[in-house]
Amino acid sequence: MQRATARASSLEASIELLSSMRFAISLLTVLAIASVIGAVVQQNEPANAYLNQFGQFWEPVFASIGLYAVYSAKWFLAILAFLVLSTVLCIVRQSVPMLREMRGFREHAREASLRLFARHASLAPTLPHEARRGAVTAYLTGAGFRFRVDEREDGVLIAARQGAAGRIGYFLAHAAIVLICAGGLLDGNLPLALQIRLGGKSPTSGDQPLARIPASARLDPDNWSYHGNVYIPEGGSTDFAVLNVDDGVLLQSLPFKIALKRFRIDYYASGMPRRYASDLVITDSDSGQSFERTIEVNKPLEYRGVTLFQSSFDDGGSILRFALRDLAPGARPPHPLDGEVGTRLPLAKFGYGYTLEISGFRPINVENIAPPSDNERFGSFFGSGAQTQNGENLRNLGPVYSFKLRDEAGQAREFNNYMLPLEIEGRKYLVSGVRASQAEAFHYLRIPLDSDGKADTWFAIRQLFFDPERRAALAERLTARMLDTSDESTMRERLKETAENTLALFARGGLAAISDFIDSTESAAEHPASEEDRQRAGAAFIQILQGLIWDAWMSAREASGHDALEIGDEHAQFIRDTLIALVDSIQYGAPLYLQLTDYKHRQATVLQAARAPGKSLVYTGSLLLALGVFAMLYIRERRLFVLLKADEALVAMSSNRKTIDTDETFARHCTGIGAILGAACTNNLQESP
Amino acid sequence: MNLASSPATSLSAPPAEPQAAQGTKTAPAMPSARAEWLKRRGFGDWFYALALIAAAGIAFLRYGEAMDAYETAILAIHVPILAALGWAWRPFRLFAAAAAVLSLLGIWLYQGDLARAEQIFFLKYLLSSQTAIAWMSAFFFIATGAYWLGLAARSNFAERTGSVLTWAAAVMGTTGLFVRWYESWLLGPDIGHIPISNLYEVFVLFSLFTALLYLFYEGRYGTRKLGALALLMISVSVAFLLWYAFTRGAHQIQPLVPALQSYWMKIHVPANFIGYGGFALAAMAGIAWLPGPQRLSAGRLPSQEVLEDVMYKAIAIGFAFFTIATILGALWAAEAWGSYWSWDAKETFALILWLNYAAWLHMRLTRDARGAVLAWWAICGLLVTTFAFLGVNLFLSGLHSYGSL
Repeated sequence: MQRATARASSLEASIELLSSMRFAISLLTVLAIASVIGAVVQQNEPANAYLNQFGQFWEPVFASIGLYAVYSAKWFLAILAFLVLSTVLCIVRQSVPMLREMRGFREHAREASLRLFARHASLAPTLPHEARRGAVTAYLTGAGFRFRVDEREDGVLIAARQGAAGRIGYFLAHAAIVLICAGGLLDGNLPLALQIRLGGKSPTSGDQPLARIPASARLDPDNWSYHGNVYIPEGGSTDFAVLNVDDGVLLQSLPFKIALKRFRIDYYASGMPRRYASDLVITDSDSGQSFERTIEVNKPLEYRGVTLFQSSFDDGGSILRFALRDLAPGARPPHPLDGEVGTRLPLAKFGYGYTLEISGFRPINVENIAPPSDNERFGSFFGSGAQTQNGENLRNLGPVYSFKLRDEAGQAREFNNYMLPLEIEGRKYLVSGVRASQAEAFHYLRIPLDSDGKADTWFAIRQLFFDPERRAALAERLTARMLDTSDESTMRERLKETAENTLALFARGGLAAISDFIDSTESAAEHPASEEDRQRAGAAFIQILQGLIWDAWMSAREASGHDALEIGDEHAQFIRDTLIALVDSIQYGAPLYLQLTDYKHRQATVLQAARAPGKSLVYTGSLLLALGVFAMLYIRERRLFVLLKADEALVAMSSNRKTIDTDETFARHCTGIGAILGAACTNNLQESP
Repeated sequence: MNLASSPATSLSAPPAEPQAAQGTKTAPAMPSARAEWLKRRGFGDWFYALALIAAAGIAFLRYGEAMDAYETAILAIHVPILAALGWAWRPFRLFAAAAAVLSLLGIWLYQGDLARAEQIFFLKYLLSSQTAIAWMSAFFFIATGAYWLGLAARSNFAERTGSVLTWAAAVMGTTGLFVRWYESWLLGPDIGHIPISNLYEVFVLFSLFTALLYLFYEGRYGTRKLGALALLMISVSVAFLLWYAFTRGAHQIQPLVPALQSYWMKIHVPANFIGYGGFALAAMAGIAWLPGPQRLSAGRLPSQEVLEDVMYKAIAIGFAFFTIATILGALWAAEAWGSYWSWDAKETFALILWLNYAAWLHMRLTRDARGAVLAWWAICGLLVTTFAFLGVNLFLSGLHSYGSL
């Protein structure tokens, strides 16, 4: 018996705790902190990223408490569940007293307790006794009160109230929280997690052909809640969405087939994208009927309970035509090469031990060329907000293509090339970016264009410059040009030798090798060289290199049947640029240059397919929440008591909110009632507690 | 203000105001009250309402063909909303009229040619959007100075000047935004959009809403003594706005990215900034509360009762609108991103902010807590608000990246 009571009381105590506000606020605090963690730690990244970020020790610790997927972690869901439970209990516990409170008028209130109200006033009416009751009730009705009358021995109490709907706001707002949480739970990760845990479903690697994906990684079309990506190239179609789960994927079958006719990007005049749109044909899998629809960002399509959203876009397998230029010595003409974006091409048949992986292509590429200077901005602050100087810096740089060259050891270099020459400081260059790993920034090789607007000259110079067989001939040419035949033969010999050595050093390690060479000869000398000497030596080498570039250029021209040019200042810039590009090309790390000559663009759209049956619950909850919050905050419950006695009218007011308005409202009603009763409302308010 | 003696006189507003301010108030079967309420409407009220109807009518006649059903409904609903606002808060009528006249004048002066911003005197020095916003900034700064002078020297005149300047700043800011809206259309029919699409524009909006909320309570409680703090808050945000414009060129109108091309933006963003404005004002009231009734602050700051009331009301209105803004955001997210809630950093901090003020209101309403706890809490709430508004864009990545610095 005793135990039963104890159990009952402990149950009571736990219900008391669960429904208490203190408990709810503690839960909310934990929830808020968890949400902060979720916002600060990037969620659902690959495991490697976390390993890099947190290190060997902490990564598994954080993983075990679910910090990488906070919002679907068990403890997070448990807190949500407790919060729902707590809110439900709170509603249940509060409902009975609150309904009683809402309905009741408290018409049996005792005179003594009315006199204890913070707001009360005693009036001395001059209106005849019989007319008082009717006058007061008329006033109360006019002021929007409902009332009940209690006849007493010594008088009559009119108990009026207003704004009981504010209490309904309480129910609406709190029920809304329960609805929203329940709806969110239905649409969250929980159903999928249950299917994986209980339904025998398991994610598989996304890196395999469609046909090989097992049934255990496929979800039925009637799966009731999901959110996945749909990739469709132009002209292609699909009837499934890919759900990324942990590090693998699940295939969600859709109840219809989606075909992409065309993906379109519209641009503003500045080149900024204005609109992403997919022209789709939807074919119902059951009825076989189909219809066309264009969806775009902010304009989704809902069909058979599934909503399709424009989410992103990709290359759908554009065909690119390249000219493959050999960077190795020996004159070989450019080779044509065709490839599709997203495919791999072994380059063995061209004599390279590399595989070409074409990874991306964008036909339009708008970049900000140069930010405006601060001074310009200051002046432009005033006037209209429509100055376009920012727009002027945006320019379409034309098609960009990216690819990787993977060697036999599996090491890859990544390239990002521009198809069209870029204009930099008034001169045009062919630009190619290269990097050895994703962690690096791209290093750019800028190949100067010749007066015909072609890169051929640079490639021709480069082939001569790095060809060991041609060194002697180039050195000879330079010597012949620099020194008269009348000069001493030893001097001519020395220059020729230096030129040859320079070419060899340069081919070995660019300017760094030459700099090392200067250091080693200077340190071998008897007197330590000054910085000045070193710079002079460096300048001399640069001069020799530039001279050699000129000679290589001229011999290339002769070989292709062109006349030699007059040496002059107009060529100086080209020679300087050529030298810089030659230096950079040593670090290029590839024996070939892939130049895009033509392309056939094919795009793909990336849609999101979502089914969220909890949405209606959440939306209903949201509506109730908005109504409830406004009702709670802005409908003020007020109770006005007028006790009419033989020679006194006692006016008292209570409110569930203590705000300054309450005092003001009391003053107004007291004055109003006083006016109709023919009494002044003085002493109308005591000190607020 | 001595509350105990005569609340009715110390509250300068006419008695009808709180009734009308509560838009949700239901009035079942109270013909006499309604009649009485209507009787209190003066000539100015009716003229104001008629002007609103006329303005909406002219707008509809001129542009009705280009408007769809929603837009027509939104135009129509502006009439009762603005009428109610002006009836409940009389100075608002003059504000609305001034902002409307200046905006229309600015638009008319453009004559469809953006280049006139540099050629026409009134555009160049007064009404082009950037100039108007510069005037707004200047007025806010001077108003702050005036309020502080009033606080230090106990000068009523300085405080009144501050009040007038704050109204002037609000008029110029509103004009600036409307003219900017028009300028964006002059840039190109596909570029035109409401100027609440990036951090620069919403900072103007924030200053504006905070100022209007403050001015409402200034009239409501008949005290200008909170002005020094409220305007300080606004000045800080205006300083940030100017810094942002000068160093980043943020004031230039940029076309909308596809994700922002939605009707939801027009209601989601303003609702949010009423929320932020309310929270900011509550925090300032919290700061004013802290010194307590000490000798130094006595008579310089509003009484603690008034401050507690301002705090509660500012948070209440902020919370109500922030709730709506978050719900609208969820509806929009469902349309644009495919999910009504993605635990994006902005969403998460919106939730945290919402929970914070929900807890504040619980403490105040069900526990009837008062005093230092709530004041400090309101001040800390401003830190959360600032982080949700700015910090998320600065430090965290996510879907709301268009607001980035």
